[in-house]
Amino acid sequence: MTSSTSGSTTMQRLTAEAVTLGYDQRIIAENLSVEIPDNSFTVIVGPNACGKSTLLRALSRMLKPSKGRVLLDGQAIGSMPAKKVAKTLGLLPQSSIAPDGITVADLVARGRYPHQGLLRQWSPEDERVVGESMASTGVAELADRYVDELSGGQRQRVWIAMALAQQTPLLLLDEPTTYLDIQHQIDVLDLCADLHETQGRTLVAVLHDLNHAARYADHLIAMRAGKIVAEGAPQDVVTADLVEGVFGMKCQVIDDPETGTPLVVPAGRKARARTATAVS
Amino acid sequence: MFRAAGLLASTALLVLVVVASIAIGAKQVPVGDVWHGLMHSSGAGTDVLIREVRVPRTVLGLLVGAALGVAGAVMQALTRNPIAEPGILGVNAGAAAAVVSAMSFLGISSFTGYVWFAFIGAAVVSALVYALSGGRGATPVRLALAGTALTAALYGYVNAVQLLNSAALDQMRFWTVGSLASADEDVISQVWPFVAVGLVLALLIARPLNAMAMGDDTARALGAHLTRTRVLAMVAVTLLCGAATAACGPIVFIGLMVPHVVRAITGPDMRWVLPYAAVLSPVLLLGADVVGRVITRPAELQVGIVTALIGGPVFIFLVRRRRMAQL
Repeated sequence: MTSSTSGSTTMQRLTAEAVTLGYDQRIIAENLSVEIPDNSFTVIVGPNACGKSTLLRALSRMLKPSKGRVLLDGQAIGSMPAKKVAKTLGLLPQSSIAPDGITVADLVARGRYPHQGLLRQWSPEDERVVGESMASTGVAELADRYVDELSGGQRQRVWIAMALAQQTPLLLLDEPTTYLDIQHQIDVLDLCADLHETQGRTLVAVLHDLNHAARYADHLIAMRAGKIVAEGAPQDVVTADLVEGVFGMKCQVIDDPETGTPLVVPAGRKARARTATAVS
Repeated sequence: MFRAAGLLASTALLVLVVVASIAIGAKQVPVGDVWHGLMHSSGAGTDVLIREVRVPRTVLGLLVGAALGVAGAVMQALTRNPIAEPGILGVNAGAAAAVVSAMSFLGISSFTGYVWFAFIGAAVVSALVYALSGGRGATPVRLALAGTALTAALYGYVNAVQLLNSAALDQMRFWTVGSLASADEDVISQVWPFVAVGLVLALLIARPLNAMAMGDDTARALGAHLTRTRVLAMVAVTLLCGAATAACGPIVFIGLMVPHVVRAITGPDMRWVLPYAAVLSPVLLLGADVVGRVITRPAELQVGIVTALIGGPVFIFLVRRRRMAQL
């Protein structure tokens, strides 16, 4: 994998140039520039309200920058035809609604939207891609089940399958592990890592858990108060000083015994007596 | 395959109801005479009855039924609201109030004259209900409350205008409860182009509506045009409800009930929901009309009253369902 620092000379596919982002009058981030390294698994981290989801929304053209622009393959993303963007860049939003009574296969098939039109309806190609998407996310055997009756972890896999059926080289995920319990969080992240490694897709995810980010990302972007504080490989970015600077929390950073990636061990404001925690 | 077969069966059911609607009426006509009336026009009493009363009435029922059912399905998809319906959200009441105003204050009595008022009334009231219930933050309950409140106010206005203007009263009396009895060839030739355009528009936006059913962000990520789809959907609903209301007065609950029945058969795919709604809504409307002609023989019960009698309990059932807020 090429080093992400070489990005300044060769143009990456997805970049933001000096964007100012906000909702109504409230500005979240000003003059923010970022490049998503091609073929990376980029994870954006930072405390609540630091603008990480806002940045992802801008990169996926859900939010129009009030200044600056987001470029996809050198073109301003806001002025490109909607379906053309949708064939290059996919998004898994924080909240999606599964229509009442829809089956897994039907939901995944809706990911084919940008590839279809009035004159180009369902094709064997669509059938094949939907099958592959379900297979690579491990939901093929759920194809005829109703989405309503699945567990949270299964449902998230189905949504990822739908995004995959869109066949985009770039896939953006907004907090894909929120509301999942720990084994399903790891399950979804393993799935993302697989997609990145075996299919060569560029993934960009917003994650809450710094340790998950450090373990799965090969490029980390740390944000605080609308600014990018650090970016690069996790082992370079995740240090005790940075965590204190970004999250305002003292900690130790040790090697993850499982993967060797940085592992943040929070100090907490008070070192609590073991007996006290045992009672609670 | 299953869904295609179901659509075929629904169409067969529609043919049956159409036959019943032509053969059964306040005046009992033997089957042989009905057939004679359809095939040859001898000028005999029953031939005229069949050709100039029952056939136009049935055709109008087909048009209006399809219009209301498809409009209801589109509104439910657009608002992601299972109780959205042109009757409950006040769209039909808006059209009715505009038509009554045109009839009594401007002296307009031809369908081509007041159909435009129906469109304006339908469009204004849909926008008003949407705004009153909080725009983008509108919940199913708030939409229904705003729609019901406006409907009550508008019918109060309609009643007041009728009482103050006794000359217009007779013309409007049947119209305001929803009746197919006014059907003749003129009305049909004027109403069908609007219904046809509305139906085609609705079918064209079936796929974007499918995308929008998964949430605005997902729909945009898939490349759907949200604003364009919303505008086209509102134009379709306005055309369908305006034309239907102008032709036979406000008819409620068809647009509510049929899409629910249809989704139970087809699932949520709008590419199937809309054709099914277009076929099964006239089944319900014409069926209700036939029932209305039979149960009070030799008098007639207006179809709007019959659908309301059936629809009320169905509405209560839907509202009481635990998962009503989801669609």
